[in-house]
Amino acid sequence: MFSMPESLRAFLHETGEIARFSLRFFREGFQPRFEWEEFVRQCFLVGYRSLPLVGLTAFIIGLVLTMQLRPTMVYYGVEVQIPAMVGIAIVREIGPILTALIFAGKIGSSIGAELGSMKVTEQIDAMEVSGTNPFKYLVVTRTLATMLMLPILVLLADAISLAGSYLGVNMYETLTYPLFFKKVFDNLTYIDIIPAFVKTFFFGFAVGIIGCYKGYYCEKGTEGVGLSANSSVVASSVAIFILDLIAVQISDLFQP
Amino acid sequence: MQETVINIEGLSKSFGANKVLDHFDLQLHRGENLVVLGKSGSGKSVLIKCIIGLIEPDHGKIQVLGKNVLNLNHVQLDQVRVKVAFLFQSNALYDSMTVRENLEFPLRRHSIQLSAGDADQMVREALQNVGLEHTIDMMPVDLSGGMRKRIALARTLILKPEIILYDEPTTGLDPITSQEISALINQIRDKYQTSALVISHDMRCVKTVAHRIAMLIDGKCYAVGSYEELAASTDSKIKPFFD
Ligand SMILES: Nc1ncnc2c1ncn2[C@@H]1O[C@H](COP(=O)(O)OP(=O)(O)O)[C@@H](O)[C@H]1O
Ligand SMILES: [Mg+2]
Repeated sequence: MFSMPESLRAFLHETGEIARFSLRFFREGFQPRFEWEEFVRQCFLVGYRSLPLVGLTAFIIGLVLTMQLRPTMVYYGVEVQIPAMVGIAIVREIGPILTALIFAGKIGSSIGAELGSMKVTEQIDAMEVSGTNPFKYLVVTRTLATMLMLPILVLLADAISLAGSYLGVNMYETLTYPLFFKKVFDNLTYIDIIPAFVKTFFFGFAVGIIGCYKGYYCEKGTEGVGLSANSSVVASSVAIFILDLIAVQISDLFQP
Repeated sequence: MQETVINIEGLSKSFGANKVLDHFDLQLHRGENLVVLGKSGSGKSVLIKCIIGLIEPDHGKIQVLGKNVLNLNHVQLDQVRVKVAFLFQSNALYDSMTVRENLEFPLRRHSIQLSAGDADQMVREALQNVGLEHTIDMMPVDLSGGMRKRIALARTLILKPEIILYDEPTTGLDPITSQEISALINQIRDKYQTSALVISHDMRCVKTVAHRIAMLIDGKCYAVGSYEELAASTDSKIKPFFD
């Protein structure tokens, strides 16, 4: 135990620091004064900026997944089950994880870069001397915004993805829209939907808090800002996978 | 006997093994421009950030306008910060806001009762003081370095502070703009009777603005005197600054 590898030490240290930062979020986030104006502005920016990319990828994945599955399903003679299978795959896993990763790339990096450059150009200090708690103004609002907007984006992505899948099915056969969705939803239970939805709040929290943490403790200089943006994406993507792993273990307990 | 508006005694601050300030003492008198002169990395920024409560020192006493800064709660500290303005070395203009929103930020955030008309009037007056009224709706990124410095200065003036802390106000500017900023520091003092602590190592600026100079060397206040007194010094640590 005396010679823990340096990289492991650094990883554990950082995990601890992020946990401390998160605790501060829960301690300070719910004390007055809440920064409504900034929160609403962030919700708009965070949701609006990622929607086109999320929508496009969701559509393509729904379509491609359906087309990729078809040969195997046909081989086993179960092509009527394609909507059911794609529906489960999208709602339980692909929608949440894909949207969260795109969100981490797009929003995590921009929060890391924004707060990082605010840190190195002393804007965070300037807020503090202007009667503003920068942690509440910047960190709490952004983290709550990512927590709220990611689940909404995931719901939209699921719907768009299923539309892509509908198109994929209709390239080979004719299936009406109502019938397609009946097939999808007949096979989805609350045990599929609820855990998949709940975990996205945690994904959103991870993207927001890690981006803010990386920016808030940015190193001096322009290199530092780039590093904050970059490491926000890496760290929040890893966090998303770890949370996903935990989520599947938990939801498995409730599986009939 | 002159009134002391900032009184610092035995201020010490280390970052790990790096001892930045070591029993530093300093008095700022009402109405004067006091320059703190020191090498790059000698702890000048750390010193003024301690004064405004942005950095917590390890030991020492800091009294600002009779209040002991280190014992204040958040509300009391904010009251002090209304009277003590800070011009940041990197200007610290908010990139996402226009010039007007930048100037309004301290007005709106400190709990001061204002009508919209007052706020507009105060923003315009502050911009007038730095000669940049026409930039009111521009974004900071669209301004030159010298203009950004002036806007930042306008923002520090907006609450009519009693004390202004300038962190290297001329660093990174061309010589002509530097002289303009130095002149502006003097104009502001004459117009509003502010007291100022100016951090600098730009000797032209120092010569223009300083009533007194304090030398920050090895974490201590090594010497205090007028420009002429210190320039005449033969001390091996002071001399290099004035050569
Ligand atoms: N937050 C900090 N953490 C660690 N070291 C710091 C911090 N702030 C300043 N320092 C160190 O304190 C010393 C003085 O810094 P500073 O006051 O910025 O110098 P300057 O006189 O150029 O303004 C430097 O060696 C710097 O590395
Ligand atoms: Mg400095």
